[in-house]
Amino acid sequence: MPEVSFVESLRMTLREEMQKDPLVMLIGEDIGRYGGIFGVTKGLLEEFGPYRVRNTPISESAIIGSALGAAMTGIRTIAEIMYIDFTTCAMDQIVNQVAKIRYMSGGKMKIPLVIRTQCGGGRGNAAQHSQSLEALFFHIPGLKVVMPSTPYDARGLLKASIHDDNPVIFIEHKLLYATKGYVPEEEYIIPLGQAEIKKKGREVTIITFSYMVWKTLRAAQQLEKEGVDVEVVDLRTLYPLDLETILQSVRKTNRALIVHEGCRRNGIGAEIACRIQEEAFDYLDAPVERVAAMDVPIPYSEPLEKAVIPDEEDIIQGVKRVLSRN
Amino acid sequence: MVHSIDPTLHLKMYEQMITIRSFEERAIELFEHNLIRGNIHPCIGQEAVSVGVCSPLRREDYMVNTHRGHGNCIAKGADLKRMMAELLGKSTGYCKGKGGSMHIADFEGGNLGANGIVGAGLPIAVGAGISIQIRGTDQVVACFFGDGAVNQGTFHESLNMAAIWKLPVIFVCENNQYALSTPIREAISVSRISDRALAYGIPGMTIDGNDVIEVYKQMKEAVERARTGKGPTLLDCVTYRFFGHFTGDPGRGITYRSREEMEEWMGRCPIKRFREYLFREKILTEETEKGILAKVKTSIEEAVQFAMESPFPLPEEATQDLFY
Repeated sequence: MPEVSFVESLRMTLREEMQKDPLVMLIGEDIGRYGGIFGVTKGLLEEFGPYRVRNTPISESAIIGSALGAAMTGIRTIAEIMYIDFTTCAMDQIVNQVAKIRYMSGGKMKIPLVIRTQCGGGRGNAAQHSQSLEALFFHIPGLKVVMPSTPYDARGLLKASIHDDNPVIFIEHKLLYATKGYVPEEEYIIPLGQAEIKKKGREVTIITFSYMVWKTLRAAQQLEKEGVDVEVVDLRTLYPLDLETILQSVRKTNRALIVHEGCRRNGIGAEIACRIQEEAFDYLDAPVERVAAMDVPIPYSEPLEKAVIPDEEDIIQGVKRVLSRN
Repeated sequence: MVHSIDPTLHLKMYEQMITIRSFEERAIELFEHNLIRGNIHPCIGQEAVSVGVCSPLRREDYMVNTHRGHGNCIAKGADLKRMMAELLGKSTGYCKGKGGSMHIADFEGGNLGANGIVGAGLPIAVGAGISIQIRGTDQVVACFFGDGAVNQGTFHESLNMAAIWKLPVIFVCENNQYALSTPIREAISVSRISDRALAYGIPGMTIDGNDVIEVYKQMKEAVERARTGKGPTLLDCVTYRFFGHFTGDPGRGITYRSREEMEEWMGRCPIKRFREYLFREKILTEETEKGILAKVKTSIEEAVQFAMESPFPLPEEATQDLFY
């Protein structure tokens, strides 16, 4: 297959899973005739009908709650929340119901539920349509959190998420939808909890995920020109966290930088930095550093948004900070 | 009351109502002896709703429950031993001690679990309805919630969704007239909760929730509509909890309910009323009743004994059952 976009990769995966299993259902806002605001579900209503492609009113709590009820009673459900910012409308359902119902009932049932949602800034969508809230879900026991960075990974990880009998929050960065990449037609699955080294290197381990993988790879190219050789670890899944891949890399480079688009305070980086010092303290030649968004809402105006969200230059500076310590 | 139910079912319903009350009375005792942690939300006084609603259901039909849910579990066919063991936090309980009084779930019996968050079960019931529609079975979902839940956003979202898709869900409001301490008359702007049904274009009725036959009849009709693809119904069952909100409520709710009101409602006890009816209609005799009472007593005591003798879960079980 030629190169396909992130959107096409997601759509072909959804279609394939729906063709294979008549008990797979989609539910969400504007996913029917309209095909989703980014076009991910285009054509699926026509192919699978309104029972399996449930175009809903604007009712985020009921979308998540009914997706849960369906999943508990035998329907492999993929719910879509249009923007991750809107998950807060359904937070009780996600945190108190979806994440807890299996544990709370003594582990008696499967919850084959994927909540697909879309995150991130960079398009001037301002404070309520640009957030990176993955850390909220990462904090909650009972949820898996997946954040792919390429069309290839999106397909393999979405398959794994749909096949998983546990709730998965599948977060797609809005700037990734148009990106293209090689996606084979044959089926493949990327198991949840496996990071991938997107670039090998010797001097600094950069741990990142989602759209920041691309910024990091561009920064790495720039750094290479300056004679700095970094390794880029794409987590792909935040939970389960592939700590082993992180530690192996850090034990080799002895320096670590975590890059993410979510706010710095209590972000994913805080947990990863802590885990690194717990497990690999003796290997570290410098404190673990973080490059993350400023602790403010995402502002609208372009220069302000650019100031808040980390870019390639911020990553380069972060690497230099880590390298400056002996 | 009309004779439209066969005598055997009448007696079964009577036995269930007695079972619910005895189970809860015994649970309250155990709570007072510090054998049950947290709190219990007794449904004593509301037995007619539990039994009237669950009696027309089949085992494979679903039920979504509330924090005040022991009665609904029992009426849906839960095993008393495993229920009592759960209340005592034992590993033989329905949730292996991880849920407690507020979260008893029995998936084999169609009980999708009870919720500690007011109104949170409604969308889950809608989802079970969607599942039924996709799988093409004729199951239905009984969705219990209290009068407090009707002012949560999930009530609106769920009734609307169930209505637009004609889902087989019966929304049953156990309207005991108080959301903890707040009376329903101060919390809604319409005179009856069932008036809200108009907004969704579905049938809604307010009924005497202390009349088990009335509840049964209305529920049976709603179930028939749901089974035949005619969509959801809102049943507002007006009832009263004899105890307060929970076992920690001072004077069984005397801080927000007058003594006169409480006494008046105790006089409308659903069990007493059903018993009088059964005697009047000669369905129940003193001898039959003696048998029922003895049977219930034994089953409750067996449940307590089972729960007391069961082991607690091991600390290492705390990390189990999170993921499949």
